[in-house]
Amino acid sequence: MELFYFLLLGFAILMYVVLDGFDLGLGILFPVFPEQHDRDMMMRSVSHVWDGNETWLVFGGVILMGAFPAAYATLLPILYLPIVLMLVALIFRGIAFEYRFKAKSSRRWWDLAFGLGSSVVAFCQGLMLGSLVESGGQTLLSPFSVLTAFAVMAGYALLGATYLVVKSSGQLQAKARAASKPLLVAVMLAMVAVSLWNFASVPSVQAKWLANLGWLWPIPLITGAIALVLWQGLKRSEVLPFFCTIALFVMGFLGLVVGLFPQLVPGQLNLFEAAAPVQSLKFMLPGVLIFVPLILGYTLWGYRIFRGKVHDFEEGY
Amino acid sequence: MDVALLSRIQFAWTVSFHIIFPTMTIGLAVLIALWEGLWLKTRDPRYLQLAKFWIKPFAITFGSGVVTGIVLSYEFGTNFSEFSHLVGPVLGPLMTYEVLTAFFLEAGFLGIMLFGWQRVGEKLHFFATVVVAIGTVISAFWILAANSWMQTPAGYEFVNGQYIPADWFKVIFNPSFPYRLAHMLLATFLTASFLVAGISAWYLLKGRDQEFAKRGLSTALWVVLFLAPLQAWVGDEHGLNVKEHQPIKLAAMEGIWPATESHAGLRLFAWPDEEAETNHFEVEVPYLASLILTHSFDGELQGLKSVPPEDRPPVKPVFFSFRVMVGLGLLMVVMAFWANWRRRGGKLWEDRFTLRVLTWMTPAGLVATLAGWYVVEIGRQPWLVNGLVRTEQVVSDLPVERVALSLGLFVVTYLLLSWAFLHFYRKLIRKGPPDMAKLEKQLIGMEAPGYALNWVRELKREGF
Repeated sequence: MELFYFLLLGFAILMYVVLDGFDLGLGILFPVFPEQHDRDMMMRSVSHVWDGNETWLVFGGVILMGAFPAAYATLLPILYLPIVLMLVALIFRGIAFEYRFKAKSSRRWWDLAFGLGSSVVAFCQGLMLGSLVESGGQTLLSPFSVLTAFAVMAGYALLGATYLVVKSSGQLQAKARAASKPLLVAVMLAMVAVSLWNFASVPSVQAKWLANLGWLWPIPLITGAIALVLWQGLKRSEVLPFFCTIALFVMGFLGLVVGLFPQLVPGQLNLFEAAAPVQSLKFMLPGVLIFVPLILGYTLWGYRIFRGKVHDFEEGY
Repeated sequence: MDVALLSRIQFAWTVSFHIIFPTMTIGLAVLIALWEGLWLKTRDPRYLQLAKFWIKPFAITFGSGVVTGIVLSYEFGTNFSEFSHLVGPVLGPLMTYEVLTAFFLEAGFLGIMLFGWQRVGEKLHFFATVVVAIGTVISAFWILAANSWMQTPAGYEFVNGQYIPADWFKVIFNPSFPYRLAHMLLATFLTASFLVAGISAWYLLKGRDQEFAKRGLSTALWVVLFLAPLQAWVGDEHGLNVKEHQPIKLAAMEGIWPATESHAGLRLFAWPDEEAETNHFEVEVPYLASLILTHSFDGELQGLKSVPPEDRPPVKPVFFSFRVMVGLGLLMVVMAFWANWRRRGGKLWEDRFTLRVLTWMTPAGLVATLAGWYVVEIGRQPWLVNGLVRTEQVVSDLPVERVALSLGLFVVTYLLLSWAFLHFYRKLIRKGPPDMAKLEKQLIGMEAPGYALNWVRELKREGF
């Protein structure tokens, strides 16, 4: 049962990273798209889904609290500053969605709130990931954690750019395609660097990989293959690059989790020590089993309703 | 300044801000669904106009509620980590259910409610609106279950240094939960109704959008006519429940100092003095508190001195907040009867005095809710979970400057947030609903299913 919740937690984080990743990515890309019209389209393309995407972050938080209260209580104070900074940045970028289209004179400030806010959110998340993987959160600002922070930013930006390829057409789409290429290169370099550095500097990760190389070798190999398909896909396909980017994230995430498993707070707590009593886990189980598939269903349905390109005259409310 | 105090100020600040938004959106979501349903049923475009207009303030309020709510879900862990460890096994699953059954539902259908007018049919759109409204109510259900458990814990065991659930039914339907849920839901409906009433009254006073304003005011007044008196009754029942389970909180609300007091009078005003353990400047109605709370003139009430000072909540804020809440509640009941009385024969539409009072009362529900929330939360102190967990025991071990920094950040951020919110809210209200006369002409003779679409297109041409 602990294992089930561990997988669920992983699933929630992955869903969050992929879904909020692309709408954060659009904000990170704002400096590359200085034109008002482009920015209008970028924000319209996600204004109906960002709220749902962010809900996965809340879900991750409450699952951690409900299923692994000890880990929640240990981790959050350690990561205090990046969490607070992330929350504040989330506020600014979130309300930018509401106000930007209603603003006239203050529009550039809302652009800043969305662009800078998204970047800060991504940076903080990367920082937390990096310091967690490296030292269980003991050293917040280290060269490694800064590297992962930029890696996460590049990854989100790539998600955003490839999502934009799906949702836009004409000039904007061409620009998004063009931006995707250097981003893909950056993401691949960052993935290699982070993986090797992590492998070299954390003994437990190293031991785990060396001992299980027999069945772990496909992970980097498949990741590389996906990157190649993505590169090819950028030339002609509209949807392939986006889904390839998602696959890249899945692989990267898998690689990380394999190295860490079964630890929740590296060096301090594993998932069995941190798990809530079985009564709590049991109580949540029917809810999870019934509602998670339901949520996935209507989320998908929502995306279907809004499928297609974003147009100039997208309806407002 | 110590970490505990700073963390508490930060939590109080962020939660006070957050609660404003859901209080408005829960009631407003229900009203919007009501109008949209009435439009489908009667085909009276005035209802569609109401729904479409109020969706805008609803949307910015909802957005602000979402972003400020995320903060809270992490603050338990960052600032009160021991708390999340101690009671996480009980409260974590409740909040997980809130996310699973409410947040995702709201978020999933909000997109369709706000942006789906041209993408889905009108019935499906109505369905989305109803689902959003239901989602907001479900979310109130779970968060109040969690909060009520902290007030009147039940169904738990203490094992290996953690409070763990023993009986889920008892955890959720703990002794104060039904009263608290009913009281809070009524509060949100009243808040939204007074908001709509106040702004509609303002339109009437300004002499603009008269028909639209009359219809909106009318709906709101019907709602308050039934719910304001009902709320008074539920509040009274809730008070009896507090007396039974949290007698010290009740003593602080009523300003009762002696260990026990029979023939207790109702203090209309007083200045509680915690040092001297007494009240100054008391104005009281003899026997009334005993009568209300025990239904007998000489009923005995427990006072603050029955427990040592370190087990008492801060008396002043609880005492005064309670009076603000009850005072506004009574004013709402009076206004509900008076304004509805004046409405007969349409006298209300010209009654500038009543309209002005209604305009002043636009935030009445919000202020009353906040005041009530302070009674509940400050009144529970020094306990975080009543009788089990003390607030100061569970504060995270953090450097003081870190918490000071975060508090500063949240203060600045929320002040900016409230400035932006008020600015754009005002802008939306001032802009008002679209001109109906022109639109109505176009609606005549149109086939029912198509005309919502045409109407939206027309709105867009209007630059809406």
